[in-house]
Amino acid sequence: MLETLLASLTDGILLGFVYGLAAMGLALIWGVMNVINLAHGPIIALGMFGAYFLFTSFGMNPYLALLPIAVLGLLLGMIVYVLAVHRVINAPHLSTLLATFAVNMIIIGLGTAALTTTPRNIDFSLGSFVVGPATILWNRLAAALATIVIAGLLYLFLQRTRPGKHIRAVTDNRSAAELMGIPSSRVLALTFGLGSMLAAVAGGLIATLFPFNILSGGGYELKSFLIGVLGSLGNPFGALLGGLILGAIEGLLPGFVPTTWVPVFEFVFFVLILLWRPNGLLGARR
Amino acid sequence: MKTLRISVRVGMLLAMFVLAACTPAAIPTEPPAPPPAEPSSEEPMATAALPPEEITLKIGFTVSQTGSLNVESTRQTNGLTMWMDQVIAAGGIPIGDNQVVTFEAVFYDDESNKDRVQELYTRLATEDNADFLISPYSSGLADASAVIAEQYGKIMITTGAASDATYTKGYTLVYQAYTPASSYLTGAVDSLMALDPAVKKIAFVHENDKFSTDVVTAAKVYAEGLGYEVVLFEGYDTGTTDFGPFINKIVAAGPEAIMGGGHFQDGTTFARQLSEKGVAANYIALLVAPPEPTFSELGDAALGIAGPSQWEPLAEYTADAAAASGMEWFGISSADFVDGYVAAFGEEPSYHSAGGYVAGLILQKALEDAGSTDPAAVTAALDALDVLTFFGHIKFNTTAEAHGLQIGHSMVLIQWQDDGSGNLMKQVIWPPEGATAEAIYPIR
Repeated sequence: MLETLLASLTDGILLGFVYGLAAMGLALIWGVMNVINLAHGPIIALGMFGAYFLFTSFGMNPYLALLPIAVLGLLLGMIVYVLAVHRVINAPHLSTLLATFAVNMIIIGLGTAALTTTPRNIDFSLGSFVVGPATILWNRLAAALATIVIAGLLYLFLQRTRPGKHIRAVTDNRSAAELMGIPSSRVLALTFGLGSMLAAVAGGLIATLFPFNILSGGGYELKSFLIGVLGSLGNPFGALLGGLILGAIEGLLPGFVPTTWVPVFEFVFFVLILLWRPNGLLGARR
Repeated sequence: MKTLRISVRVGMLLAMFVLAACTPAAIPTEPPAPPPAEPSSEEPMATAALPPEEITLKIGFTVSQTGSLNVESTRQTNGLTMWMDQVIAAGGIPIGDNQVVTFEAVFYDDESNKDRVQELYTRLATEDNADFLISPYSSGLADASAVIAEQYGKIMITTGAASDATYTKGYTLVYQAYTPASSYLTGAVDSLMALDPAVKKIAFVHENDKFSTDVVTAAKVYAEGLGYEVVLFEGYDTGTTDFGPFINKIVAAGPEAIMGGGHFQDGTTFARQLSEKGVAANYIALLVAPPEPTFSELGDAALGIAGPSQWEPLAEYTADAAAASGMEWFGISSADFVDGYVAAFGEEPSYHSAGGYVAGLILQKALEDAGSTDPAAVTAALDALDVLTFFGHIKFNTTAEAHGLQIGHSMVLIQWQDDGSGNLMKQVIWPPEGATAEAIYPIR
């Protein structure tokens, strides 16, 4: 039993890194802009297709493909911000929610028409190795390592660069930042772009693990909300922690209960965390 | 001033009503009939045969153009439309004394969603006035559509739907083309017993949907009846992509054989992850996914995986076989079906494609036997149907307990094997009389 749990915990935590990366984008956008991005799932799915087409059409290594996917994700996010979000950024939350939901529907609609919902698969297996009771897939380990690198780069960007400092300033107090001469609209567009970039890159990594179609981002979007709230919605690094917790839960629970009960326990745990720490695990105590 | 404006408007409205009432209604007029011509003494007395009366029947169905059932459903629809195109190209089906039936398809995307299916079949029955219905793909969706067909008195041929439960609800107008779910994995259990009588531990794992649950529940009872120990019996959610923890649980249970699965999407993912995790089972049989030609894209992960199939191109159902067994043969041969399908769609047909075609073929045979499009006559013809087609034997249960359940058709078990040149190919490994190759055993 212990061996099974250790094996499943390893699988779960490795996957949890990728969950965390997907949630970081959502948390960043919420934290800086107070916008719940309902286009997050379709952008994850577009990242999956980016990796798929770069791999199948150009023979590009899926991990190298993360670079163009990141650039395209950044640009897509900035375009979405300018076209759909900027005009309603100061409107009530419902307006931004509906604006991003509209983008979600547009991407899903176009994606379904162009790409169908036939499952796709990146046939790029790196094999596996055995450590004690666990058979570890290199693809999962590579995805976890990529997540650590990306999270580190994001940390450095936010802490050490001028645009990063601008983002933090706008997060703290947008009006004060504007008074200091920080171009908040550009900063918000950059933030939305970064959030989308993280979602697209997470999609690219997920595509190396599981089959997918244009609707596959929805499940990861839901997990991202759960993770974001667990770790403190608005804190990207809290989201990474939330991802690891969710991955561990998903790995361990099937050892004790039927697999179909896992979501029930996940959401019960989610409610308990909110009761205990309403602002998430890394949020300030109330 | 305001009162004056209102009075003027009311007055104008009244005037319009009066004018409308005074306008004479349009009366259809006909030109005066010409006087009857005097028969010429030089004309022959014999009258030419009247052209046949053409009747166009609407065939209503839904397709999962989107959603998780997209792959199988699209192939099923391809098969059905191929049948319809062939009938139309042949000038229709002659029935009765002087009638020709042709078809028009009315269909919608059901999004692989049960609620959408019920909305759309209601629409097909009431607004589109479909004459006959074909089920959507999958047991769950077909079950949802069958209740609508019965409610509105429409005959429905179900295909891509194996669950037995639909036919034990007292329906009288729903007819199943597939071998029922209760028989789906029994061949796999029999095959395992023949390959290695020493094996005793089986894990049954399945997608948590109607079809897969019905199949493995029946297979579990069957296996236990043969003395097998079921070391794990557990479902997973539809749409599951990460089987890692689930596979760890299977490994911990120590099965010698793994059976179950669900549909194409989860089945291929499950097979791939079983291979990646290096699960050392002697025998793996999965539902739905292995018979699909694209399953071979899994490469080494597909090698040795078996799966029950409703139909395979290799199956020996021919007019000669029908004559030898004293059965009536109907329709095209397997080779013609495969050639026509490849020509039309540029890919090998799967059993879902054949299932779509045979649903149309069953309806065609019933219409021909009935000699009429009257639903009561067609129902009687379906009840009496007992025929061999390229898909296999078709015959329906006509008892009140399970009316419409398929009792003629039987399945084959395929396994992906190396063809000797490094490519994967399907081989029929069960039943022994239909086998095209010996099974690979153990597979890992």
